[in-house]
Amino acid sequence: MSFVSDFNSLPLDVLVKKSMATGSSAARAALEKTKVSLADFAALISPAAGELLEVMSRKAHTMTQQRFGKTIRLFAPLYLSNECVNNCSYCGFSRDNPILRVTLSLDEVQREANELNAQGFRNLLLVAGEHPKFVSNHYLRDCVARLHAEWPSISLEVGPMETEEYRPIVAAGADGLVVYQETYDRAVYDQMHTAGPKKNFDWRLETPERAYTAGFRRLGIGALYGLADWRFEALSLAAHADYLLRHCWKAQLTISLPRLRPCAGEFEPLTLLRDRDLAQLICAFRLMFPDVGIVLSTREMPKLRDGLIPLGVTMMSAGARTEPGGYTGAGREKIHHTERGIIKEIAAGSSEWVPQDKRPTNATGQFDIGDERTPQEIATLIRRLGYEPVWKDWDTALTA
Amino acid sequence: MSFANQPLLIAGRAFSSRLILGTGKFSSPEAMRSALAASGTGMVTVALRRADLTGKKDPFANILEFIDPQKYLLLPNTSGAMNAEEAVRLARLAVAAGLPKWVKLEIHPDPRYLLPDPIETFKAAEILVKEGFIVLPYINADPVLAKRLQEVGCATVMPLGSPIGSNRGLQTRDQIRIIIEQATVPVIVDAGIGAPSHAAEAMELGADAVLVNTAIAVAQDPDRMGIAFKLAVEAGRSAFESGLGAQSETASATSPLTAFLD
Repeated sequence: MSFVSDFNSLPLDVLVKKSMATGSSAARAALEKTKVSLADFAALISPAAGELLEVMSRKAHTMTQQRFGKTIRLFAPLYLSNECVNNCSYCGFSRDNPILRVTLSLDEVQREANELNAQGFRNLLLVAGEHPKFVSNHYLRDCVARLHAEWPSISLEVGPMETEEYRPIVAAGADGLVVYQETYDRAVYDQMHTAGPKKNFDWRLETPERAYTAGFRRLGIGALYGLADWRFEALSLAAHADYLLRHCWKAQLTISLPRLRPCAGEFEPLTLLRDRDLAQLICAFRLMFPDVGIVLSTREMPKLRDGLIPLGVTMMSAGARTEPGGYTGAGREKIHHTERGIIKEIAAGSSEWVPQDKRPTNATGQFDIGDERTPQEIATLIRRLGYEPVWKDWDTALTA
Repeated sequence: MSFANQPLLIAGRAFSSRLILGTGKFSSPEAMRSALAASGTGMVTVALRRADLTGKKDPFANILEFIDPQKYLLLPNTSGAMNAEEAVRLARLAVAAGLPKWVKLEIHPDPRYLLPDPIETFKAAEILVKEGFIVLPYINADPVLAKRLQEVGCATVMPLGSPIGSNRGLQTRDQIRIIIEQATVPVIVDAGIGAPSHAAEAMELGADAVLVNTAIAVAQDPDRMGIAFKLAVEAGRSAFESGLGAQSETASATSPLTAFLD
C-alpha cells in the first residue's frame, strides 16, 4: 500500500484537459469553495482562474495569515557533498559532469554550521548528492549527531533510503526529510534520469512514506518546474500532498515549487512556468491545503520573492550557497574530480585552484542562486512586509 | 455605580483579568507586547519551541524578553510535542531555564487541526502533577476526560471551542456546558474563539476564563482587538455573575395553564 497505486489510477491527463477548458464561471465557483477537491484544484490552476489572480491572491493571503499568523520561518541549506552516482540531465551534480567535487568532513560540516548559526539560523537543511560511498546513512547520522545540540531543527535532502536506514538518522536528532519527485511525468522522468538508482520512479515516489514510518515529522515534497507540463506536475503534487496528509497524519507537510535554474551541464528547460503561473500555483495550493507549509527558495529573483511572500509562503531560505563549503570555504583544499567513483586529484598549480568570483571555495554549486541578499537583508525585508522572521520554532527537546 | 467581577483563582493565585493571551502569530514581538498591555491580561502563554531554553540568551529566539514577568504570569506551553514523553521533557527544560513551574500542556500529534491527544495528555498530566507542576491541560471538550484530569490534580481544564486558529467559536458548546457544570477547577475555553462575541458567549456560559491568540494577533489592529476582547470578557462575566435569565425555545404564555389554581 503506497501512493504509487493511487497515483497510477489518477486521471491526470483528463484533469489537465479539464483545467485548460475551464470557463470563467467554473473558475469563480472553484474559488468560492471552502473545501477544494482535486477537480476544483484543476479549475484553480486554469487559464480562466489566471484572470482572477488578484481575487485568488487575497483569499490565499487571508487564509495563510489565519493559519500561520504574520510570521515567516527561515532556514538555510548546508551542502555536505556534491558527489553523485546519478545522471540527471538538469542537475549540476550529475555524475558525468566534470565538476569540482568534495564531501565535507564532520569538522568541516561543523564549521559551515557555525557560520549559519552566527547568521541567526536555527533551522538547518542538510543537502547532498546521492552517493552511497561518500554520503552513507552513517555519515549523515554522524553529521546530525554532531549538530543536534546546537540545532533545534535539522532536515535532510539526500538520496532516498530504506526505512531502516533512516531510523538512526532520526534517532540522532533529524526531524525533517525533503524529497522532490522532480517530475511526476513518467516518460519525462525516464528521459531525464539516464543512470543511477534514481531511475526508479516508484522507489522515489514512496520515499516520504518510508521517511514517515522511520519517524521523520516534517515531510517536504515538490516537483521541479521546467521538465514536464506544469499543470500536470501541480495536479500530481496536489494528489500526493492529499495522500500524505491522510496517511502520514502526524507529519507537518511542506511543498516547494522550485523552477529550473542555470547549472553545470547547461540544460535548457523543456517547459516554462511563468512568474504569473508560479503566483497562481502558490495561491491554488494554499486554497486546497490551508495547513501545508509553502517553501520559497533563493532560486527566485529578489523582486519576485518579495511579491510572493504575502501570497501564501510560510518558509524561506536566505543567503543560500549550493556548493559544499560555500559559507566558509571548508573543504576547499580537497576539491577534486570524480570518475566512476574514484577521486582524481587536481594537479598543483592547475587553474582549478585559482579563486573565482570571491567565492570561499571552488567546489561547484548545484545551481545558480537568484536571490543573493544576506539573511539579515531578508529578515529586514520580511519585517517591512509586516511579518516576523522566525528563526527558531522548534526545540532539541522535541527531537532528542 | 461600580462593579467588579470576581477574580480568577488558579492554584491559589488570583488574576483580575479573565482573558489569557497567546503570543504566536504576531507581526513582531513589539506588536505582541503592545497587544498584551492593551488587553489587560495577567497571564500569557508562550510556545517553548519559540524560546531559548539553553540559557544563552539567543538574540534570534528572544520572545521571552518581550514579556514582563512582573506584569504577567508566563505560562509555558508544550506545543510541538507529539507525545507525553516530549511534553514532559519540554516542561522540565522550561523549569531548568528558570521559567515558572506552570505548564499549559498541549499534545497535538496532528499538525493540521492541532487537536489534542487525550491519552498522551492524560499520561503527561499525571507525571507533571506528581513532579509539582501546576498543569493546565488543553483538551477536546470531553467531559469525562475533564473529570479524569481534575482527579489527577490538574489546576484547570482547557477545552477547545473549535480547532486552534479556526475562529469558529463555540462549536462544542453543549459539551463545554457539561464540563462547566461538573467542574471542580476553573474551566478555560481555549482555541477557536475568533470574535469578542464568542468570548462573551463562553463567559456567559460560566467559563472561568478564555484564551485568545489568532483573533488578536492577526487583526489589522491587534491593540484595539485586545481591548475589544477585554470588554467582551468582562461583559460576559458580569452577565454570568449577575444571573442571566434562562432562555426558552418558545414564548411564555401570559395566561399560564395553572392559573386556575391561584
